[in-house]
Amino acid sequence: MLSKRIIACLDVRNGMLAKSVKFVDTKDIGDPVEKAQEYYEDGLDELVFYDITASSDDRNIMLDVVEEVAKKVYIPFSVGGGVRSVEDASKLLWAGAEKINVNSAAVKRPELIAECARAIGNQNVVLSMDILRREECREFPSGYEVVINGGRTPMGVDALAWALQGESLGAGELVVNSIDADGTREGYEIKLTRMIAEAVSIPVIASGGAGKPEHLYEVLTEGKADAALVASMVHYGEYTVSQLKQWLHDKGVKVRLKY
Amino acid sequence: MRVAIVDYDAGNLRSVQRACQAVGLDGFITASPEEVLAADKIIFPGVGSSVSAVDTLHDRGLFDVLIEAFHKGTPLLGICLGSQIVLEHTEEGDKDCLGLIDGVVERFDFADRTYKVPHIGWNEINIAQPHPLLRQVEDGDEFYFVHSYFTRPTQQANVVATTDYNINFCSILAKDNLFATQFHLEKSGRKGLSILAEFASWEGGSTC
Repeated sequence: MLSKRIIACLDVRNGMLAKSVKFVDTKDIGDPVEKAQEYYEDGLDELVFYDITASSDDRNIMLDVVEEVAKKVYIPFSVGGGVRSVEDASKLLWAGAEKINVNSAAVKRPELIAECARAIGNQNVVLSMDILRREECREFPSGYEVVINGGRTPMGVDALAWALQGESLGAGELVVNSIDADGTREGYEIKLTRMIAEAVSIPVIASGGAGKPEHLYEVLTEGKADAALVASMVHYGEYTVSQLKQWLHDKGVKVRLKY
Repeated sequence: MRVAIVDYDAGNLRSVQRACQAVGLDGFITASPEEVLAADKIIFPGVGSSVSAVDTLHDRGLFDVLIEAFHKGTPLLGICLGSQIVLEHTEEGDKDCLGLIDGVVERFDFADRTYKVPHIGWNEINIAQPHPLLRQVEDGDEFYFVHSYFTRPTQQANVVATTDYNINFCSILAKDNLFATQFHLEKSGRKGLSILAEFASWEGGSTC
């Protein structure tokens, strides 16, 4: 039986692990390569790196990070942030990433998904969606809207429609990131995750809002997610990956415990 | 020892090369039929479509070379797509494959939509028979899968392990000096690397 995946998300700025924007603690959380290795050895199933480097001149630093991670970590990892072309995607894959994440650039130009899928295979293209809650209306029948730039720019696109379009363009997996829940640590947006997971036939990774093990349980059962993304709850040592997995296992969720 | 990693434009060969390095195996990536044939060991990884993979093998003169290498006893390791092309035929694009093992490749076709295709993620293997490359692997260990097609070997003797995903499919195949995994052992953590480490010292026999 397929296990539910726990995926750790690492924001990287200029080659260093950045704290989450909404997280108030100012302490440096260190080297992404060391952190990735620590999680790998503790039984993490997968990693995702978001390059939040402001200047595109510094993007090559990310390629170095990817190269270093690939030498030390033998589980799948994806890289997102600033993927605007097949060339960007290919560079990351060549450096050692297993998959690439597209987000804002795909909303602006949906063909990017199809181009990447053709060049590197559907299974290696992850569509990340940042989503904001809305009143259900004719424009947003699902009650959710796609946003970009970390939630600052609404795009006038219905979230469910975008998920389905992303799938048909060739995305191999979807990251459903709730901007409302992100940083709250009060739990994932279950309704949204479940709605999308039931509508598409590709795996759905829930993102945004994880603060307690119960939240992972909810989204992996009631929310029907195939995988749960965690960030601050593991970055600051509050929980370890192995603790979370053991906890989920004890609650009856199938996770990989032997590694 | 020269370990050829066969380049037929089918996926991230460098991941496999790096995993080899992690276990002290010095793999070189090559598309040259002469180099592949002369290698002490051969790894053929692969993701993507078997249609273009088989075409590329023909175009580069590697198709017959892999068959020849198998018959002369070179230890061969197939990974993912590389495990599918060793059978006789694949439903994907209706292609004839290497035919090193009797059987076919079929697509997952599930009425139950809760089973998503591709099958992506970590899943267990059930060991059907012992094999020297599985010395450090136990029944129930999990590996990382990404695939929509699966192998259906004709003879049970070629099935080393199976995996459950709505159906019970063959996840490790073997015959003589050939060993092939449907999962990505290079992305399956320590358990996956252990198979590569055993491959380093494997001479191609099936006795443990």
